[in-house]
Amino acid sequence: MRRAVLIAVPYLWLLALFLVPFIIVLKISLSDIALARPPYTPQLDLNEGWAGIRAFFAGLDFENFTFLSTDDLYWKAYLSSVRIAGIATLCTLLVGYPIAYGMARAPQEWRPTLLMLVILPFWTSFLIRVYSWIGILSSEGVLNQFLMGIGLIGEPLTILNTNTAVYIGIVYTYLPFMILPIYSALEKMDESLLEAAEDLGSSRFSAFWLVTIPLSRNGIVAGCFLVFIPSIGEFVIPSLLGGSDTLMIGKVLWEEFFSNRDWPVASAVAVVLLLILIIPIVLFQRSEENAREAGR
Amino acid sequence: MAESDFAPWNDPEAKPLIQFKGVTKRFGDFTAIDDLTQDIYEREFFALLGPSGCGKTTLMRMLAGFEEPTEGQILLNGVDIGHVPPNKRAVNMMFQSYALFPHLSVYDNIAFGLRREKKPKDEVHARVKEMLRLTRLERFAQRKPHQISGGQRQRVALARSLAKAPKLLLLDEPLGALDKKLREETQFELMDIQEKTGTTFIIVTHDQEEAMTVASRVAVMDEGRIVQVATPDVIYEAPNSVYVADFIGDVNLIRGTARLRPAQAATEAAAPPPEQASPETTPAAPVAKEAAAKTDGPQPNPLGRALHDRILSPIFGTWLEEEPRRLPPPSAAETAKTPAAETPATPAHPQDIPPGGLEIDWSEGQPALLAANGDPALDGEKVVLALRPEKLGIAKTRPDAPNTLKGKVIDIAYLGNISTYHVEIEGGVMVKAQAANTRRISRRDITWEDEVWLSFTATAGVILKDE
Ligand SMILES: Nc1ncnc2c1ncn2[C@@H]1O[C@H](COP(=O)(O)OP(=O)(O)OP(=O)(O)O)[C@@H](O)[C@H]1O
Ligand SMILES: [Mg+2]
Repeated sequence: MRRAVLIAVPYLWLLALFLVPFIIVLKISLSDIALARPPYTPQLDLNEGWAGIRAFFAGLDFENFTFLSTDDLYWKAYLSSVRIAGIATLCTLLVGYPIAYGMARAPQEWRPTLLMLVILPFWTSFLIRVYSWIGILSSEGVLNQFLMGIGLIGEPLTILNTNTAVYIGIVYTYLPFMILPIYSALEKMDESLLEAAEDLGSSRFSAFWLVTIPLSRNGIVAGCFLVFIPSIGEFVIPSLLGGSDTLMIGKVLWEEFFSNRDWPVASAVAVVLLLILIIPIVLFQRSEENAREAGR
Repeated sequence: MAESDFAPWNDPEAKPLIQFKGVTKRFGDFTAIDDLTQDIYEREFFALLGPSGCGKTTLMRMLAGFEEPTEGQILLNGVDIGHVPPNKRAVNMMFQSYALFPHLSVYDNIAFGLRREKKPKDEVHARVKEMLRLTRLERFAQRKPHQISGGQRQRVALARSLAKAPKLLLLDEPLGALDKKLREETQFELMDIQEKTGTTFIIVTHDQEEAMTVASRVAVMDEGRIVQVATPDVIYEAPNSVYVADFIGDVNLIRGTARLRPAQAATEAAAPPPEQASPETTPAAPVAKEAAAKTDGPQPNPLGRALHDRILSPIFGTWLEEEPRRLPPPSAAETAKTPAAETPATPAHPQDIPPGGLEIDWSEGQPALLAANGDPALDGEKVVLALRPEKLGIAKTRPDAPNTLKGKVIDIAYLGNISTYHVEIEGGVMVKAQAANTRRISRRDITWEDEVWLSFTATAGVILKDE
């Protein structure tokens, strides 16, 4: 009984906060645009009984999904989102791994402080932090002034409103999600394993490659998914830092909803995005499961 | 074993494989290894014994290259290896914590070192198979370390360190988690491997029996120093300090004051027993004579030695002490008779007591104990008589022996093949005596609260300076 209650809690949570909203979005995606409030039809009218329900279901169709497949803007946006998220995830890994490694090798008494520093940015609003990058990256920004000041460049670099700025934004924003799982994997690692590898004839470098990397694999995989999944749907960073040619599905979705007020198409975009994301999410779940198996 | 023909440490020509030269290792202000100087020779099986935290692992780690000595040098084949990284040393170590790679299978763990040498695949495979067979792990080759038992893990660690057939193999408590039978088998395997490959082994163990079985020499450590290095029999029979005597095996320590034995006793006993006159008649006699001749030749006579130790040594140093300790030659009584089971220390006739030595006054109103093998230089000093329980005989009637003690049985520990009797001597000292259980328990004639007599020969104990 107690067990059933305990198990029920997460399922109720999932039902209320994920499944119900998803069904609503799915329903909208099957509706037609209308000049009404809310801006779509059909609406479910229970006063008319069975006939109302039948009329309601008759009004639903896949028109919006057909539309998505005919306009190449959408699939290009999806593709470009996956590409941008993939590249950004790789960059985050390259920046995050050394930081996590350094933290795990730092003296024991330093580690809590370093962990604090990693999560400290979360204390400020995400929006404000991304905004402040505009001030850093713009042509009169801090970075360009500094680089020109030390004479490294003659004229300002255009970073803001390019894909580069989007990568910088994603790496910066999602770095803690990469560092924390890798750190926790590295910290658990027994240092005598490296000694054993060296004792058996491998150099420091190959010991790192043959022992440290495989043993932090679970952390790397978790970190990559935690960065990749949310950055596909990211729209604040491309809107603020990206240029007009930065094509990301999150931005498209935003525009469909708020500029075009085409809720049904926007919902269809969201549903397809979710279907695309299910693939990496399932893979992530699978690898977490394996990690738990192996950890025992 | 082959101690008699393998003893490079007694050969001044022999070149040591490893030399510790005044090695000190400090962690902060804690001294883990304290000015240690020691040679270890090729093909040796060198055992390190000592209490927890005395620096055994630290010593190994310095050899493997994971710690650098704070002071002093470590030479391997005469070359200082202080700055050689671990992967460039022909040394493999089996870690106390095993340090198995959790992401690799048992097979891949064992193959790890071989693959680093870029050996051909089939050669690696053959070697790994051989190691798996040796450690009986064939069935577990494809399992991960977390899928096997503690003892199996230990065997994987052993196999992994053996796989590369290194010149020097460091084993940090290699067999602790194995059951007795498998441990004994593995010990013999190790000795076999050592004989076949000529690898030098340094082994840390908490199991003294293991050290005695496998080692060519045993080093007893205490707080970062080596207190005594000798062959297992010497360590056991002739410890050089109360610490070693107490640490190795079971021992009775009887404290007292030494006194030179009256000279007349010495002359009386000096005449050899009649059967010793013609060596050919008794098979044991030549051994005794040879051994006696060997030690009699170069050694100073007791008086000269006393003179040296008391008067000259402050001036010239104690060079006499540096010479390796050997077992005293067996006394006539010891070689002539095989000890009976119930009373290992057969009563010797007074005239069989070898000449010289000490008497020890240890308790008011008790006769002094005779120790014919006592160093006359200890005359007048506070000493400890270290007596192994198995060297004491126990009987219900007073035996005819040089040393007898009367007491009461307080406790009997039944150990299967032998029993240990805890006897309280008149005056309150507790003494342990061991006797083989030649009869069934129910027919044992000595039991709790019995008055018994303990007896031992004049050479059964070792006289050590009290610390
Ligand atoms: N890295 C280190 N920092 C500080 N102290 C250390 C370090 N390594 C070892 N020590 C100390 O040095 C001493 C010797 O340690 P070592 O590991 O050599 O002991 P051991 O003889 O192997 O003991 P055991 O039989 O328990 O394995 C111990 O007191 C230990 O606390
Ligand atoms: Mg140790």
